[in-house]
Amino acid sequence: MSLATKDLLGLENLTQENIEIILDNAKSMKEVLGRSIKKVPTLRGKLVVNLFYEPSTRTKSSFSLAAKRLSADGMSLSAKRSSVVKGESLVDTARTLRALGADAVVMRHGVPGAAKLLAETIDIPVLNAGDGAHEHPTQALLDLFTIQERKKNIAGQKVAIVGDIKHSRVARSNIWGLNKLGAEVRLIGPSTLMPEQIEDLDVEVYSDLEAGLKNVDVAYLLRIQRERQDKGFFPTIKEYTKFYGVREKHLKLAKEDALIMHPGPINRGIEISSQLAYDEQSVIEDQVSNGVAIRMALLYLLIEGGNQDE
Amino acid sequence: MELQTKKELIGADGIRRALVRISHEIIEKNEGLEDIVVIGIRTRGVPLAKRITSNLKEIEGQEIPNGSLDITLYRDDLTTIAKQPIVHQTEIPFDVTDKKVILVDDVLYTGRTVRAALDALMDLGRPESIQLAILTDRGHRELPIRADYVGKNIPTSKDELIDVNLKEIDGEDAVVLQEKCE
Repeated sequence: MSLATKDLLGLENLTQENIEIILDNAKSMKEVLGRSIKKVPTLRGKLVVNLFYEPSTRTKSSFSLAAKRLSADGMSLSAKRSSVVKGESLVDTARTLRALGADAVVMRHGVPGAAKLLAETIDIPVLNAGDGAHEHPTQALLDLFTIQERKKNIAGQKVAIVGDIKHSRVARSNIWGLNKLGAEVRLIGPSTLMPEQIEDLDVEVYSDLEAGLKNVDVAYLLRIQRERQDKGFFPTIKEYTKFYGVREKHLKLAKEDALIMHPGPINRGIEISSQLAYDEQSVIEDQVSNGVAIRMALLYLLIEGGNQDE
Repeated sequence: MELQTKKELIGADGIRRALVRISHEIIEKNEGLEDIVVIGIRTRGVPLAKRITSNLKEIEGQEIPNGSLDITLYRDDLTTIAKQPIVHQTEIPFDVTDKKVILVDDVLYTGRTVRAALDALMDLGRPESIQLAILTDRGHRELPIRADYVGKNIPTSKDELIDVNLKEIDGEDAVVLQEKCE
């Protein structure tokens, strides 16, 4: 049972069946991570290259750890931070990676579609670790895994995503994934932070936090980027927190056993209150550890699956 | 590749008797059941391990820990087999350190599955010993591995396949010999 795809570029083009294969495999990887020897020899001799054109601590270390737990060798190719995409230089990088003998590439890039471009120029699996405001598929997969682990079933769950939807690749990937698995998706945020034509995505849009959180099973809070304030998407951080910062009293509106999720790193006291971040309903730390299991499953499925005849 | 069924080698009664005999042999060889745990290799070793565990309980009146082991992550043939196997969960809810592990599988052939299972077990702890119980041994070993308890030795050619059907998975108990035909 392999994935019917060479790369992981986004959840938009991943079938429900493929998402479920990834989640199933991650369950077994999580069991490995619970052992005293948290390492298996599956990808011995394989090379996984991290190629990060944007700064990242969490995703990058999570991928490195996943590769190590599967006995693959990891390598980081330091890419200069550049906001301009040069198709040519990316193609050159791809050729270098192939010459180095890489078996998979993990890439984060500031430009939407960069992972797709790389995937088209190279015959080894490309794993998108975030491309601009487009998609961040491994984040959404680990979120789905975390919801499934706690709620058993994703279908029918009411999930509210709160915050800066417009600039969020995490939101975009989650909307695709949650919808494919049958969840009801709500988006909550000021209209300045909602992308145009978002209703086309089969979601309910709320500008009022309290109305949006009513009866939800999951409250998913996005990180607010302070630099958006300078561009006038909201007047001040303080005002954002007043209207969209989620606190204890808001949690009472949600279902009793609702989960609080956040892709991290959290801005304590801005989009989430300190108490809530460490509340027993918060699964933010589970998300971090589940991220390693999801990335192990993907490396296994894509690297070993690439050798299959079928 | 087409498969043609040649004949039934062991029926339901035969499987039951073989597992009862193996259970007695385990008790005899280990002079009881102290520190014994039974672990089945996925997929068909798992129900066989459960049956052996309940036989042991019936004979000696003692509960024995039972677990299941998935060896996919330890295989040496991931790059050559046609279909990528799904990684199933290993469920061993006890510590194997200092235990006598009875490892159970349906067919012993090249020995590569058992090699992978030994590696997987060693990563979980340091058992006092590992003993191998197998329903059918069809020969053609590629590694220096042998079974401690064998249900039935079945000499085969490499063009033949042993198909073990178990009630829990396949709806009936039978060991069938199949032949590849062009």
